[in-house]
Amino acid sequence: MATATNRMLGHLGDSVERLEDPPLVTGKGRFVGDINFPDQLHMRIVRSDHAHGKIISVDTSAAEAVPGVVAVWTTENIDDVPPIDFREGSDPTLALFRQYPLARELVRYVGDPVVAVFAEDPYTAEDAAELVVIEIEPLPVLINADDPPQDFKGQATTEAAIVEQGYGDIDTTFANAFKVVEIDVKVSRHTGVPMECRGAIGRYDEARDVLEMYGAAKVPHRNRDTLCRMLNRPASGLHLFEGHTGGGFGIRGELYPEDVLVCVAAMRLRRPVKWIEDRREHLMAANHSRQQRHIIRAAVAEDGEVVGLDDELYLDQGGYIRTHGTRVANMTTGTLPGPYRFPVYRSICHFRLTNKTPAATYRSPGRCESTFVRERLMDAVAVAMDMDPIALRRRNLISLEEMPYGRALDVLGDSVEHDPGDYAGLLDQGLAQIGWDDLQKKLAKRRANGEMVGAGISMFFEKSGLGPSDGAKIFVDNEGFIEVVTGGASIGQGFETAMAQIAAEDLGTDYRRIRVVHGQTNRIDYGVGAHASRATVLTGTAVSLTAQAVRAKALDMAAELLQTSADSLTITDGVVHAKDNPTGPSLTLGEIAEALIPTSKLRGDREPYLKGEEWFHIEHQTYPYGHHIAVVKVDPDTGGVEIEKYFIAYDIGRAINPMMIEGQLVGGLAQGVGGALFEEFTYSETGDPQAVTFADYLIPTLQEVPDPEILLTEDFPSIRTPLGIKGAGEAGITGAAGAIASAIDNAIGIPGAVTETPVSPQRLKKILSEHGK
Amino acid sequence: MSDKKDITLTINGRDHNVSVDPRWTLADVIRDHCGQTGTHLGCEHGICGACTILVDDSPVRSCLMFGIQADGKKIRTVEGLANGDEYHPLQKAFIENHALQCGYCTPGFLMLATGILEAQPDISDDDLNDVLSSNLCRCTGYANIIKAVRIARDEMKAAS
Repeated sequence: MATATNRMLGHLGDSVERLEDPPLVTGKGRFVGDINFPDQLHMRIVRSDHAHGKIISVDTSAAEAVPGVVAVWTTENIDDVPPIDFREGSDPTLALFRQYPLARELVRYVGDPVVAVFAEDPYTAEDAAELVVIEIEPLPVLINADDPPQDFKGQATTEAAIVEQGYGDIDTTFANAFKVVEIDVKVSRHTGVPMECRGAIGRYDEARDVLEMYGAAKVPHRNRDTLCRMLNRPASGLHLFEGHTGGGFGIRGELYPEDVLVCVAAMRLRRPVKWIEDRREHLMAANHSRQQRHIIRAAVAEDGEVVGLDDELYLDQGGYIRTHGTRVANMTTGTLPGPYRFPVYRSICHFRLTNKTPAATYRSPGRCESTFVRERLMDAVAVAMDMDPIALRRRNLISLEEMPYGRALDVLGDSVEHDPGDYAGLLDQGLAQIGWDDLQKKLAKRRANGEMVGAGISMFFEKSGLGPSDGAKIFVDNEGFIEVVTGGASIGQGFETAMAQIAAEDLGTDYRRIRVVHGQTNRIDYGVGAHASRATVLTGTAVSLTAQAVRAKALDMAAELLQTSADSLTITDGVVHAKDNPTGPSLTLGEIAEALIPTSKLRGDREPYLKGEEWFHIEHQTYPYGHHIAVVKVDPDTGGVEIEKYFIAYDIGRAINPMMIEGQLVGGLAQGVGGALFEEFTYSETGDPQAVTFADYLIPTLQEVPDPEILLTEDFPSIRTPLGIKGAGEAGITGAAGAIASAIDNAIGIPGAVTETPVSPQRLKKILSEHGK
Repeated sequence: MSDKKDITLTINGRDHNVSVDPRWTLADVIRDHCGQTGTHLGCEHGICGACTILVDDSPVRSCLMFGIQADGKKIRTVEGLANGDEYHPLQKAFIENHALQCGYCTPGFLMLATGILEAQPDISDDDLNDVLSSNLCRCTGYANIIKAVRIARDEMKAAS
C-alpha cells in the first residue's frame, strides 16, 4: 500500500475521468472496421437458410465467375481444419457437438456458415454470395429443448450432457416438508448484442512467418491458444491484437467460425482477409444465450425456512456447442441457491441441442437465469406460506456469522465459498434508503384508487474474479513514463483507467502518465482477458503487486544514490524524496531508471531496468452480493410496463473508480430491463429466426430505461484479494428480471402471474385477460 | 458493376473528390473512401443511429443515404467537432459525466445532439429525451448521456 500522504490524481477510490475517452469522443478510435491493410480481400459468408438439413450440393460456379472474386470456399477447401475447440481445452465427451468453420454434411441452424466468398471489395463479395446455390434436404427441426431429444449425426442424441449438482437428501426432505411449492418458469432466448458487430482481419506475414488476427476481444490469449492447437502453429508465430471493442457482454471475442476462416484464408490466399459482420448476420450468428425452462420446487418448514430446493431445467443450447462447453449449465446449477442457506439442494440440467443459433455466455451467465428462477420461487413460497416476501427472504439468508460459507457446489472449477458479507444488513440499508414501508403504503393507496402499481425485490449473490492466476509487467523508461503490460482486455468497461489507477497508487505518479497495454498476445505470454468480472480483481491485483515490486526497487536504488534508507523515502508525482522533506534531495523515476540500465555503473548487482513482473494467485473466486428493487406501473390497456423507480444495492468490497462502477451497474440494468421486458429471439415452427433486425429485436432506448438509485457499499472487502476488490461487471443485470417480475405481480394483484420473460405487452395482456382484468 | 460518378463531399470543411458507385452508402464513402472512420455502422438499417452525421447541419443516418446524394453538400462528422485541441462542449460533457463506455455509439449521439442543440438551443428536457431516444446505446444505460447533453445544452446557451 502506498505510503504517500500527498494524494495525486487518479488513485484508488477516485472517480477520475477515463483514459479511454479522448480518442473515442473525437472519432479517432480504432475499431476493427477502421483497420485496413494494403491488398486486403473481403470475406462474405453464405449461411444456411434451413434450420436443419443435409447438404446435397453447393454450386459456386456463378459466384466464382464474378469479376473481383478471388476464391469461393466450401468445407471441402478446408477439410484439414478441425472443428472449433473449447476455450478451456479439449473435452472428448463434447467433441462430437463442435462446429466446423464451414458446415460439413449437415446444417443445424439458420445462419450456419456454409460458403465463404473472398473478393476485392465487400460489395462484390456480397453480390457473389447471392449467386451461390446450396441444395439442402430438410431434416426434422427441433425448436424446443423440453421436447424429446432427436438423433445427432447417428452417434448420439441432442441431449449432449446432463449437468447435475447438489447436496443432501432430497427425497427425505421433500417427504417430510410442511409444504411443497412448485413453479414452472422460463427465461427467453436473448443475448448481449453489442453496438459494434463482430469483425476479424487475418494477415499472414510471410517475411516473419507470423499469422496475425486483428479484431480480437475478451480472451485474446485463450483464442490464440485454441487457434494454435487447431492450425498447428507455435504461439510465437500466431498473434492476436485487440483494438477498440464496441461492447463485449460475454458474446464478443469468443472464437467463432469467421475468426478461424480469416486466419486460414490469409495463409492460403496469401493476402490479408477482412470480415465485417452485418447486423442481420449478427443476430443469427453470434452467440445467443439465456434460454432455460426450470421446473423447481421448494420444501418449506412451518416457520418459512426453505429446507430443500429441487430443480430440473432444460437449457436450449442451439445448433452446436461452442467454445464454452457446458459452462452456462455449470454456473446455473452452481449458483442457483444464491444468498440463501437451502440446506438440501439438487439441480439437474438437461443440456440440449436444438436447431437454433448456438448459445453461450451473456453478461451474468447462469446467475441471471438462476436469480430470476429462485426469486420467482421465493415470491411463490411467501404467498403459499402467507408471509411477507421480505420476511421470507430474511428467514433464509445466510448470516454473517456463518461466513465464509462453503457449499458442495462447483462454479467453473471453483468450489463455492461465499466471501464474508452481511446480506441481511445490506437489505436493511437498502429498504431504509428507499423507504420500503412508506412505499408500500403509497402503492397500496394508489392501487386502491385503481392504478396498477407495485414493487418487487430480487436478491442475489454474484461471482467474480475467476482464478487461478494472472500476471502483469511494468516498465519505467528513462523519462519516467510508465508502461503496464497486461493480458487483460478492454471491452469498453474502463480497463485502462482502472489498471492505471491501481499502478499509480504504488508508483506515486499521476495515472495519466501510465500507458496500459491489453489484448496484445505478442507483449505478454499469459492473459485472462475480460470476462466473469475478473479483470479488475485478478489483473488489477497482479498490477498492484507488480507496482509494489517496482516501487521497492526504485526506493532501493534511490536510497543508495541519496545515501539514506529506503524506508525513509516515498514517491510523489513521480519524484522520490524523503518522507519528512518533500523539497529536499530528490530523484525522478526517470533518473532512477537511467541508473538501472544494463551498462550503468550505479546499478551494482541489481537486475537491469526499473521494471517488474509479478503474479497473483487467487484461492477462491470472490462473491459480491446485493439486491434490486423495482417499482412499476402497468397500463392495463396496452400491457405496457413503466418502471417508475429502480434501486440497486451492492457491496463492491473496494471501489477503484466509483464512477465507473456505477456506470457498470446502470448499463447492466439497461440490459436487464431489455431481457425482462423486450428482448427475445423467436423462431417459426420451421426454425426461421423472426428477430433479425433491430425492428424485431427490441433493445431498450432511453425512454424505457430508468435512472436507478444506487447504494454502493464497501463494507466487506474480499478476503481473497489483498486490495479487497470484488467484481462489478454483472451485478446491474443479475437481479433485474426477478425484481421487475415481482413488481408486476404486485402491480396487477396476481401473485405468481409472471412465469416467463420478456414480459412483453402481448404476454401481459394475455395474463390480464385470463384473470378478467 | 455500375458506372462510377465523380462527386465532391465537403467533410468538416475539406473537399474530398471521390469516384463512387451510385449504390455506395454515404457512410461507406465517408469511411472507406474519405478515410474518416469516426462515423460508425451499427445496424445499416437506420435504427441504431451510430452512423448519425450532419448533412447541411441536419442529423442524418448516413447508412440510409447514398454517397452520390451528398454531392456538393456540407457534411459534418465527429472528427470535425472539436476546435483544434479544444473539445466541443458536448465532448467535454461526455467525458466529465462518463457518458460513454465502449464509445461505439458515441459519435452518433454527439452528432445527433449537436444538430439538435444548434437548431433548438432552448430545447426542453422532455423534447431532448424524445430526440435522443432515436439512438441506441448498449453500455451506459443512457442516464449519463442525458445528463451530459443537458449540461452541454446549458453551457452552449450560456456561451451564446
